Amino acid sequence: MQRQVALIKQSLFDQGYLDEQFMELEELQDDANPNFVEEVATLYFKDSARLINNIDQALERGSFDFNRLDSYMHQFKGSSTSIGASKVKTECTMFREYCRAGNAEGCLRTFKQLKKEHATLRKKLEQYFQASKR
Amino acid sequence: MAGEIPNLAESNLRALVVDDNLVNQMMHHKLLDRLGIQNDVVCNGQEAVDVHCSGRNYDLILMDMEMPIMNGIQATKRLREMGIESKIAGVTTRAEEEERKEFMEAGLNDFQEKPLTISKLVSILHNLDFCDQT
Repeated sequence: MQRQVALIKQSLFDQGYLDEQFMELEELQDDANPNFVEEVATLYFKDSARLINNIDQALERGSFDFNRLDSYMHQFKGSSTSIGASKVKTECTMFREYCRAGNAEGCLRTFKQLKKEHATLRKKLEQYFQASKR
Repeated sequence: MAGEIPNLAESNLRALVVDDNLVNQMMHHKLLDRLGIQNDVVCNGQEAVDVHCSGRNYDLILMDMEMPIMNGIQATKRLREMGIESKIAGVTTRAEEEERKEFMEAGLNDFQEKPLTISKLVSILHNLDFCDQT
């Protein structure tokens, strides 16, 4: 079972979903906080869902307030960077570049990809944490 | 991570985390905990000022730059104007030379780029003479 957990984790790194920052999180997990990594991940997905909702609403309104969108994405990128969510972080960076360029279509396209990467990471991490508990 | 993690519990250091991002708050709190440093967390520069006005003081302040209500540059300036001599380390993703310079000139003692890690925090502690060089 431990081997399976190790394989799941390795694939997350090999496929580029996570970077070395995730290992920094694991360094912080100890007997006092044995579920620290999962707790941080849970907080991340809760907070990022809120940001996704805010951005979705802003985009649905059709008025592209690029400053506001960039501000939301700054938060999103910050959290993603802190937990090592590499692919999500990359999409955040691209979205911010489109915001700075005032490129609405680019924002929409990138945001769609970002949501996809975010959902995939969430699913894979849930699998990883469930496997870790067995 | 090379080298031992110092335990500064006997130093009775107190730190303040100033960051609006929930994931970063959790990470930085845990990082400091791990090194044996008691710490409080506030959400923006205004709260950092308010907590000092209430009479609390800290040996170390980890100050984010971009925050709502009062950002890190404004908060650092305000704290220095108030006569607060705590060591303040700027911690931000915004690492453009001009922005870094402006942040340093506000009154920082040190600066680290996010994401914060154990080794970066230890570096801050060494730079600010909170622990002996090993």
